[in-house]
Amino acid sequence: MIKFLSQVGLYFLLLKKVFSRPEKPVIYYKQTMREFVYLGLTSIGIITIISFFMGAVITLQTAYNTENPIYPKYLIGLGCRDSIILEFSSTVAALILAGKVGSNIASEIGTMRVTEQIDALEIMGINSASYLILPKLVATLIFNPVLTLIGIVVGIFGGWVAGTVSGVITSENFIYGIQYAFIPYYITYSLIKMVFFAFIITSVSAFQGYYVDGGSLEVGRASTKAVVYSSVLILLFNVILTQLLLS
Amino acid sequence: MISVKNLYKSFNGKTILKDISVSFESGKTNLIIGRSGSGKTVLLKSIVGLHEIDSGEIWYEDTLFNKLHFKERKEIRSEIGMLFQGSALFDSLTVEQNVRFPLDMFTEKTPEEKDERVNFCLKRVNIINANHLFPSELSGGMKKRVAIARAIALNPKYLFCDEPNSGLDPITAILIDALIKELTEEYSMTTIVNTHDMNSVMEIGEKIVFISDGEILWEGNKNEILNSDCEILNDFVFANALAKKLRSSNR
Repeated sequence: MIKFLSQVGLYFLLLKKVFSRPEKPVIYYKQTMREFVYLGLTSIGIITIISFFMGAVITLQTAYNTENPIYPKYLIGLGCRDSIILEFSSTVAALILAGKVGSNIASEIGTMRVTEQIDALEIMGINSASYLILPKLVATLIFNPVLTLIGIVVGIFGGWVAGTVSGVITSENFIYGIQYAFIPYYITYSLIKMVFFAFIITSVSAFQGYYVDGGSLEVGRASTKAVVYSSVLILLFNVILTQLLLS
Repeated sequence: MISVKNLYKSFNGKTILKDISVSFESGKTNLIIGRSGSGKTVLLKSIVGLHEIDSGEIWYEDTLFNKLHFKERKEIRSEIGMLFQGSALFDSLTVEQNVRFPLDMFTEKTPEEKDERVNFCLKRVNIINANHLFPSELSGGMKKRVAIARAIALNPKYLFCDEPNSGLDPITAILIDALIKELTEEYSMTTIVNTHDMNSVMEIGEKIVFISDGEILWEGNKNEILNSDCEILNDFVFANALAKKLRSSNR
């Protein structure tokens, strides 16, 4: 319990260091642009592929589990839309990003720690925590919601393709379904969740990497911990945010 | 000058440095020598503030460094250059960008002035036509030289080198030693080198501090080290068979 509390304390102390005033904003701006590419743009591919297939599967499963004349066919489109917007594009996408981006951040910073690159920054008088972590945080906080929007569009498109190609729903019914009883706030809800999840993924993974002690084995362990802890926190905050935002 | 007074440092209850008091002179190459695990690196990292000490004083000229806040230390740190054991070059930056990094962070020079300084530093350490290579594309000796170029980019007053010869062949090691000595004299720096390489000791050791089990057992220079009465030091200095043979023949 004491170890857990000390880790939590250390995490918040790290955040305090991260949010201190940057030494040279121009350099931080350049770093942030670099992180947009490494952490954001390179994640578009995986989000697109997974969203497409998840949308397709949701549509097919909804169709095969509602084969009843009582249910109008357009509900398949509605189910696909709401599942994608409410859960997949934020929570499931965040879990995927925890694996990809989280492990990347933890291993990058962890390797810098064990090869003394962080010490080199400190020696120069640079706030290494802020220099290394703040640009990643800014980049993911801004770009991950964009990934959510991409996930929504591609996921619904995937549902439409699967539904019409397999013949379980007509194109007209599906499009009517995704427009039926649409609540725009659900998109806001999804984006807000993703902002929180982006913060969790980046800060928790950076924390694991920043305090690595040892060698390559410990870097690997930190990377694994980053994914596991981020995922657990994402699921926990999913419940809390859902209660706060939808109640 | 850098002075250390009554320094103690421990990790997890184990005392690593015990009552260290020593002065390192300006314009000289000061060596900290000792066996692996004797506390050399901990001492060096404590002096530059990478490890917080348990008690004692670390003075940079008239400034009590260890009592300064992180932000106040910045001024002194801008005068420090450090060469790490594994070079610690930034993997994601090219050779040129590595050397340019401190200039970007701490100076208001124009891009042309920075280019000029980068090229001067790289030329000074004999790195030619490697500006656009990444650290992973360099040999061990080249990495050390680029790290030295980065360390001197801001004209530091203090240069710290943690085992600069580790992993290098004897000839490259001599070149690195010569470079450190030349730069120390050229810029009148206070240089502190951690090493257990006896070639380095005999080449550049203007002031030598011998440390064993976290305590300073002997201080002197390269002329005095061969005639020391300290048995532990003699075991270290004359560790290999050739040195033992030479010593017994001299006697």
